[in-house]
Amino acid sequence: MAAATDLVIRVRGLRNQFGRQVIHDGLDLDVRRGEILGVVGGSGTGKSVLLRTIVGLNRPAAGSIEVLGQDVLAASEEGRRRLEQRWGVLFQDGALFSSLTVAQNIEVPLKEHTDMAPDFMNEIAAYKVSMVGLPPEAGAKYPSELSGGMRKRAGLARSLALDPEILFLDEPTAGLDPIGAAAFDQLVRRLQRALGLTVFMVTHDLDSLHAICDRIAVLADKKVLLVGSMREMLACEHAWVRNYFHGPRARAAGIA
Amino acid sequence: MAAETGWIETTERAAEVVVSAAGAWDVTSVGALDARLKAIKPVRGKAIALDLAQLADLDTTGAWLLYRTGRDLKAAGYAVEVRHARADHQLLIDEVAANDKPCEIEPPPRNSLIEVARHVGAATVDIAEETIELVAFFGRIISGIGAVIVKPTRLRLTSLVYHMEEVGLNAVPIVALISFLIGVVLAYQGATQLRQFGAEVFVVDLIAISVLREIGILLTAIIVAGRSGSAFTAQIGSMKLHEEVDAMRTLGLDPTEVLVLPRLLALVIMLPLLTFVADLMGLLGGALMAWLELNISPAVFIARLNQAVSIWSFMVGMIKAPVFAFVIAMIGCFEGLKVEGSAESVGQRTTRSVVEGIFLVIVVDAVFSIFFAYVGV
Repeated sequence: MAAATDLVIRVRGLRNQFGRQVIHDGLDLDVRRGEILGVVGGSGTGKSVLLRTIVGLNRPAAGSIEVLGQDVLAASEEGRRRLEQRWGVLFQDGALFSSLTVAQNIEVPLKEHTDMAPDFMNEIAAYKVSMVGLPPEAGAKYPSELSGGMRKRAGLARSLALDPEILFLDEPTAGLDPIGAAAFDQLVRRLQRALGLTVFMVTHDLDSLHAICDRIAVLADKKVLLVGSMREMLACEHAWVRNYFHGPRARAAGIA
Repeated sequence: MAAETGWIETTERAAEVVVSAAGAWDVTSVGALDARLKAIKPVRGKAIALDLAQLADLDTTGAWLLYRTGRDLKAAGYAVEVRHARADHQLLIDEVAANDKPCEIEPPPRNSLIEVARHVGAATVDIAEETIELVAFFGRIISGIGAVIVKPTRLRLTSLVYHMEEVGLNAVPIVALISFLIGVVLAYQGATQLRQFGAEVFVVDLIAISVLREIGILLTAIIVAGRSGSAFTAQIGSMKLHEEVDAMRTLGLDPTEVLVLPRLLALVIMLPLLTFVADLMGLLGGALMAWLELNISPAVFIARLNQAVSIWSFMVGMIKAPVFAFVIAMIGCFEGLKVEGSAESVGQRTTRSVVEGIFLVIVVDAVFSIFFAYVGV
């Protein structure tokens, strides 16, 4: 077992419900420092809801969430704001501000939370653009002028603007072609190593799970059914897990 | 950890200047260091050493600052050496060094004079194209109506009734209230003016003619353009965004027949009825005010009304109603079908739909005025 101090995210007894529909009930989850955790589950099992709950966009009905040793639900306004600067979130389609260029998007959190000179901010935006694998001319483009894959990279650059410790990714490879998806996986892996990030990744992509995730968490029956390596997933006898990791697509991905 | 900020110390030795970086160099603290590092004054002929031994924390922003300082000093012709860097810090510095590719932050500003000319030209072409498309759309509507007349079962009856309720029945309260209030205002304003000539009783003529001929229909048309024209654009526009309109085409359904005709016919049927409500409520408001303010009893008001207006005053208003309805619905649906790309486009098109709808209603109203003056009613 990892020591308690190495837990970056600690979720206990989480309960989420919308009206009478219960999404999560008694959900526990640990994320360790420096790992890439892939979260999988069938449609409607609340993978994205879990992500949104951890980053505070959705208030749970019950349970506790600790991120970097701080209780997210009990944190003061000021405490939350400081905490938010220590994580970055990449939404499904990048969620870039459409009235700003890519470089200006990256500068938004810098302007809000730091006292940097404008020139220095421009330099930072420029190396972030390059770091996520975008060509320099992408900096001055508006989101509507970019392809889906480039928008995701730009969104990633913005989520990394404040050099966070944790990165939340919501289906980062959805909607990308296989080549683009593989390149994005490698980008996440490379940045995670270089910057020492902890990555919480909601995904459906078996290739991503196989290629870059250190551990996989399976959401089923309103809780985290199983957490472990790919080998443990393959050994699991649960019907849904078997179907998922031994299905034709898993075979095609060379996993099973 | 986070409370500790970064700082630098400069010591001059015999052969070199040592710049020691210490503390936490992260995104929250390096803003202040930026200016101080830029201000470092190296000594001619002496090498510069960046000593990172006391550096506690480093992130990419801090690493960038260190890298840039070294790069700029090297470019100025000094020998620069990085000392005692921890392995993980060196990794970050190498990472940012590999990504030193400046980029533009904004697209370059264009020549404003050329920009104005370009804008005017684009707008002109835009108007011309839209006018042509609108005429084509008008043609499609007419042929759609023709098809329905030939084969009435093609009319979507459920949709028609639904939209009649939506644009007609549900608009009654607001139309009634506004016309009642306008009737009150007209009577009150008219009374203060006409009293100066002792011609109070003519307030009935004023109210009756203005409400029946112009205000009843115009007010109703403007309310409906704001209320239903915009709704048509937003509904059809969001269907366009979700590719529902394209899906219809692939299933062999004609969007004009399914989406446009029920809305258009519903409005053509309901706007005259709403106008009738507006006429009644306007007269009622006027009569009430005339009674309270000028002591013109309802009986006198009705008697005077009979002398003041003919059936044609009423008909002039009513004849215009279906035409206005056609214009409003056509513009609303046309703009809805023109939506493309983003949610922003829905907003722009909805605004245009209301503005163009009201504009065209007033233009058509002016044409009607000339026509009625010509035929003498």
